Amino acid sequence: MTSHSYPPQDEAGHLLSVRGLNVYYGESHILRNVDLSIAPGQMACLIGLNGVGKTTLLKSIIGLVPQRSGRIDLAGSACGGLPPHRRARAGIGYVPQGREIIPQLTVRENLLLGLEALPGGMARHRHIDPLVFELFPVLETFLARRGGDLSGGQQQQLAIARALLGKPRLLLLDEPTEGIQPSVVLDIQRAVARIIRETGISVLLVEHHASFVRQADWYYAMQKGGIVASGSTADLSKEMIQRFLSV
Amino acid sequence: MDLLYDTLFNGLAIGSVLVLAALGLAVVFGLMGVINMAHGELMMLGAYTTFVVQNLFKNGPLQGIFPLYILVAIPLAFLVSGLAGLLLEKTVIRRLYGRPLETLLATWGVSLILQQFVRSVSSAFVIGLLVAVALGLVAPRLLPRPWGQRRWAPVLGVATWVIAGLVGIALASGLGGVRVLDQPWFSARNIDVTAPVWLRGSVDLGAVNMPTARLFIIALTALALVAVHWFLQKSVWGIRIRAVTQNRSMSDCLGIPTETVDALTFLVGSGLAGVAGVAVTLLGSVGPNLGGNYIVDCFMVVVLGGVGKLLGTVVAALGIGVLSYVIGSGSLLLVWPAMPAGLNELITFFATTSMAKVLVFALVVVFLQFRPAGLFPQKGRMVEA
Repeated sequence: MTSHSYPPQDEAGHLLSVRGLNVYYGESHILRNVDLSIAPGQMACLIGLNGVGKTTLLKSIIGLVPQRSGRIDLAGSACGGLPPHRRARAGIGYVPQGREIIPQLTVRENLLLGLEALPGGMARHRHIDPLVFELFPVLETFLARRGGDLSGGQQQQLAIARALLGKPRLLLLDEPTEGIQPSVVLDIQRAVARIIRETGISVLLVEHHASFVRQADWYYAMQKGGIVASGSTADLSKEMIQRFLSV
Repeated sequence: MDLLYDTLFNGLAIGSVLVLAALGLAVVFGLMGVINMAHGELMMLGAYTTFVVQNLFKNGPLQGIFPLYILVAIPLAFLVSGLAGLLLEKTVIRRLYGRPLETLLATWGVSLILQQFVRSVSSAFVIGLLVAVALGLVAPRLLPRPWGQRRWAPVLGVATWVIAGLVGIALASGLGGVRVLDQPWFSARNIDVTAPVWLRGSVDLGAVNMPTARLFIIALTALALVAVHWFLQKSVWGIRIRAVTQNRSMSDCLGIPTETVDALTFLVGSGLAGVAGVAVTLLGSVGPNLGGNYIVDCFMVVVLGGVGKLLGTVVAALGIGVLSYVIGSGSLLLVWPAMPAGLNELITFFATTSMAKVLVFALVVVFLQFRPAGLFPQKGRMVEA
């Protein structure tokens, strides 16, 4: 097992830095002293069995779940006390588990919502970056369709595209391939690889598909609300995958 | 045929007032899920704003353009009721989101306060109130900053407001000695708004004689509907409002300031109540209890139409309007004079405004047993989400 440190070692080099994070649901201690850091342009993956706190960690980074103690910094600025919309505007894009696209809004309106994270929001920006249609061509054909009428895979693509339009520096992806047909899973994996290559953003991924996990540069393994192991995904052994990726 | 036109027009006229009254509630309750029992009182504020504007136009330099006062009253009523709604949202409702029963009770209390406010408001009262609010807002900023971080800071906050309130009351009482300032703005009795000349006549269309005021209300309703539809469907804030009402936490994560959206939604819904208040003044005298006459009907319309659906609100309001008129006027007896005696008696029994309301209410309750989500329920793969 590898130590928890990840290059670059100096704080200034990290895009996201989480230190000593503790989160509670009522009296239940969910996240215990979580330390984690992601460098610019890096893709990191959180692995662990169901219920260990992966989704809660992502939710606390975007601000949906309040932290009781610890520190969350984005590009050197503390964002732990900010509400979610301020964190989104600071550069955190969030694709939640279950997609959570807005069902009664059209695909186009859902995409426009992604522009809200930019300075001035939708009022100033109305242009949808063609990159999202290159990544997910199906969205361009269904622009006038209601988001709630799309299939699960299409909704997932919409959720990723929506987050991308806010030009985030860090993209949080929570189980983007959950419950999606294999062909679309491959599309999403390829799209994420291209996003990182072309935009240089960092990605923090929660995933159960081993092939997607291996696409990441670095992994953080979680158990009982804490990080118990981390290292390069190239070093992930079969035993580790068996231990942390079984549902 | 004449009877059909007559029934349709009168039903449309009753329904259009209902559409206008329920439109704001469709935004506040339908989209935000807030049970605002003070919605009727926000209408009442709109009606009183019309009264004040009318009086301003009756004398002085604006006398020459008196017939146009109603066109000035509409945006002003929107503004007054909207700002009152905004204040209500920021002070009371914001703290009660997700707690419908508490919201219902609190807004009911606010409705009583507003009723009493128009009965007893005077210049001295308003000066006292403004001073109290200004003091309550400014005083905490004047205190040493470390005090705000102490454990007893919340007690200090409450104490500041109590002292500000007492100062306001003392000031209002003191100024009450001055006769000019002590004069109530409105009497406790109903007030009458004089419709401008161009709204007093009627238009004769052969079969039906249409009062101009009713036609104006129908046109105002149509305009309000188009404006609300455009605002919600096409404007940037409309997209934000629809996003927040469907998925608040995700909208927040996308960068939408949800609290600002809540406040704006409430302002628009309350402002529409104010516009409805303007329309109501054209139908007869209005008083502090005006809201009570409309609040149940408004909720009935929104629930029957399907919560969150503007089209449902329109269809439900017009349906209730036509049905109320058909039952209340006893038109069925004219259509079918030879009906059996028992049925004749039953229809005659319900042929009053209040009894027609009872029957329509009962029919709506029966309808909702079969279609609990209303006429136009929300559809879609993720409605449950």
